[in-house]
Amino acid sequence: MPLLYPLVFAAFLFSAGVYGVLARRNAVMVLMSIELMLNAVNVNLVAFNAYLRDQLHSGQVFALFVIAVAAAEVGIGLAIVLLIFRNRETVNIDEVDLLRW
Amino acid sequence: MEKLAWLVPALPLVAWAVLLLVGKRLPGGGAAVGILAVAVGWVISLAILFGVIGGADAYHTSTEWAPIGAGFDIPFGMTVDGLAAVMLVVVTSVSLLVQLYSVSYMRGDERYTFFFAKLSLFTTGMLIVVLADNLLLMLFGWEIMGICSYFLIGHYWEDVANARAAIKAFLTTRVGDLGFMAGIFVFAWAARSFEIQRIIDGVETGEISSTTVTLGAALLFCGAIGKSGQFPLHTWLPDAMAGPTPVSALIHAATMVAAGVFLVARMYPVFEASGSVLNEIGILASITMLIAALLALVQDDIKRVLAYSTISQLAYMMAALSVGGYSAGIFHLFTHAFFKALLFLAAGAIIHTVHSNNMSEMGGLARAMPVTFVTFLVGALALTGIAPLAGFWSKDEILTDAWNAGFGGAGEAATSQTVAQIVFVTGMVTAFLTALYVGRMLWLTFGAAYRGQGHPHEADAAMLFPLVVLAVGAALAGFVGLGDNSISTWIQTESLPAHGPVTLNVGLIVATTVVGLAGLAVGTALYRRGLPEHEYLERVPLLWKTLQRKFFLDDLYEQGIVRAVVGALAPATYWFDQRVIDGVVNGAGLGTRRLARGLRYVQSGQAQWYAAALFIGVIGLAVLVTQVIGS
Amino acid sequence: MNGQEIVFLILAVIGGLAGLLVVTSRNVVHAALFLVVALSSIAGVFLLLAAPFVAFVQVIIYVGAIVVLILFGIMLTRAPVGRRVLDNTLRARVGAFVIGAGVFVMLTVFLAGAFGDKRIANQAATSTAALGDSLFRNYVLPFEAVSVLLLAALIGAIVLARRD
Repeated sequence: MPLLYPLVFAAFLFSAGVYGVLARRNAVMVLMSIELMLNAVNVNLVAFNAYLRDQLHSGQVFALFVIAVAAAEVGIGLAIVLLIFRNRETVNIDEVDLLRW
Repeated sequence: MEKLAWLVPALPLVAWAVLLLVGKRLPGGGAAVGILAVAVGWVISLAILFGVIGGADAYHTSTEWAPIGAGFDIPFGMTVDGLAAVMLVVVTSVSLLVQLYSVSYMRGDERYTFFFAKLSLFTTGMLIVVLADNLLLMLFGWEIMGICSYFLIGHYWEDVANARAAIKAFLTTRVGDLGFMAGIFVFAWAARSFEIQRIIDGVETGEISSTTVTLGAALLFCGAIGKSGQFPLHTWLPDAMAGPTPVSALIHAATMVAAGVFLVARMYPVFEASGSVLNEIGILASITMLIAALLALVQDDIKRVLAYSTISQLAYMMAALSVGGYSAGIFHLFTHAFFKALLFLAAGAIIHTVHSNNMSEMGGLARAMPVTFVTFLVGALALTGIAPLAGFWSKDEILTDAWNAGFGGAGEAATSQTVAQIVFVTGMVTAFLTALYVGRMLWLTFGAAYRGQGHPHEADAAMLFPLVVLAVGAALAGFVGLGDNSISTWIQTESLPAHGPVTLNVGLIVATTVVGLAGLAVGTALYRRGLPEHEYLERVPLLWKTLQRKFFLDDLYEQGIVRAVVGALAPATYWFDQRVIDGVVNGAGLGTRRLARGLRYVQSGQAQWYAAALFIGVIGLAVLVTQVIGS
Repeated sequence: MNGQEIVFLILAVIGGLAGLLVVTSRNVVHAALFLVVALSSIAGVFLLLAAPFVAFVQVIIYVGAIVVLILFGIMLTRAPVGRRVLDNTLRARVGAFVIGAGVFVMLTVFLAGAFGDKRIANQAATSTAALGDSLFRNYVLPFEAVSVLLLAALIGAIVLARRD
């Protein structure tokens, strides 16, 4: 298939993820959007791996790494969100702005 | 011994530093430090002078201080020739005697130690001027003297009038100094060097064009006008009498004011090469000596009489230099230092006991202060030019040179004959007026009965000792002009060969003596019985008013210049400084603050905002790199 | 247009729509479920791109673990429902849309410019053995590093979230 197909698909998912990160107020939703972005990156990696027919399969290997790291990140992220919720009774990230001017 | 000449200005400088730092804690307030420094310098100066008399050659040494590039550099060195040797002796002698005198005169003053420090620094300045081998170093010493003069005149600064007199002195001489600096740079640029000898060589070989020489000489002379109190920058000298009397004796009689004369003498070949400048000097000197003598006639303050007398005598020296009398001018400087310092110190002794400067409150002091009276008399007669006292020989030499240049054979001087004639005539008239005001001063101070409120008594030994020494000097100093090995021989240089001893033109001697005695006689006749009801000159109201207002010069300067500067220029500059310059500085700060206040909203604390900025940046960067740069 | 491409297009449409709905849904739980759909379609895409192992890992870990984690998070933080609460202000949403669109346009333009005419050739699926070989031979160091990372994340999450 044309290389562009998976690439554009990945780009679309990535942009959707960007929108989600910027437009959502709930912290968990932001985390979900980030997951979407990471998946888009994975699609990209695997697509190029197929295109280049890499002997080392580095694209797929790297995609595996990304999945692992994403898992770790979501775990930590949710732990933080839980802490914030425990302390402030809210997961509205607009209200977590202590580092403002 | 010449090699040690650098010690002479260096020791008082060290004394100044010591006195400033620890002077107050030393016994006797540290006066001994200053006196010792000058005393050692005096001994060295005498040794150098005896060397010169014995026929030693001039000694010159210099090191490079700062190279400017293009073959130009600022040297730092000294020339020890006959002229320098004579000046060294004059400066150190008078300085030493004045410091000894001040031990008693300034006793009990709250700024006693600082006074001696100032005197030492001043001495250093004058000695630097004397020894300097280049104009820049001379300017350095010149300016040191200027600022010390300011400090010393303003010693009693609690009285605002004294502070104002100090500023007036400083600013007026500064005006002259501007011309001086301009002249230095003209010559330095023309001769490619600041060294005096190189400049003189350049002038003599014709390397420097005559227009440059005339311009430079005229500018250099501006400095002399300011420092030596020539018309029109003489107005500061009488006001400078606000300082303590030892200061008047040292600075405004014997040394600093003589610096202008010394400058002309040092650069004499340059002045000789531009006859027109010499003419101007002659004219200015004639005007100065006349108006100063006239003004001395109507003063009540004894120090002011002496101040105007100083201006008049300095004009004599300048006039001598203008008609080609190089050695006559220096000779008069030499003798004048002695008898004028003597007169000032004696006046100081009188003021100290009578507690008043005004002659209207003196009188009959001859009986109460005999030693002071005798020394004062010697000085006064020397000033009038009565033989065989010092002033006679030097004044006579000046008038002889003027006569020769004006009426004698075509003089060797570069001055025009007319100017020399004018100089001669004014010289004679001024001699008469000098005798007149001297007579007036003598009779009003010492004659008739005591008009004041105090209890006059003789001064103490510390004050009398310098008086006696100076009186001996005033009496005998004239004899250095006689004989084969006279002062003229001492100060000769390659460019200025000696004129030989004082020439004796019998007719002139008779004429000057007659003029002097006539003046004294008139003075005696008018003031024998003490102060008259109204001064005689009051009978000519216009003349009286002009003299009282000092020929309206002070008013002219005050209204014309000072008002414009203080009233308009100074406030405008202040406004500019506060609003524009400070405005820029403050504005930079204020602007930054306002910018910051606007920019801080970027720190919203919200992660999404930062993420948005990040993505915008990524898009922007991508566009930039590919579209704009990569293409 | 061969079968491969048709399948891909179907999966892409489903996945794209699901992704869109993830970020615009009014209900958190619905968003999580749409995320499942999107992730699954991505797994299908992986299969089409000759990466079966990655597809399986995707399903197991992403759909199986991460989404479950997210659902736990939603539950524990009592996520509310409703546009007013879940989404940013209109202004922010417009801005976000602009930025998202901008990113999409930029990426597409560059990718089209660079790879517009390239094709992915038909190839055999990467065997798990080959992948494992590459992973443990060529990329063993990053592998170990990621292991440590996971350990750190594990400990960190426990420390952060415990009640004491």
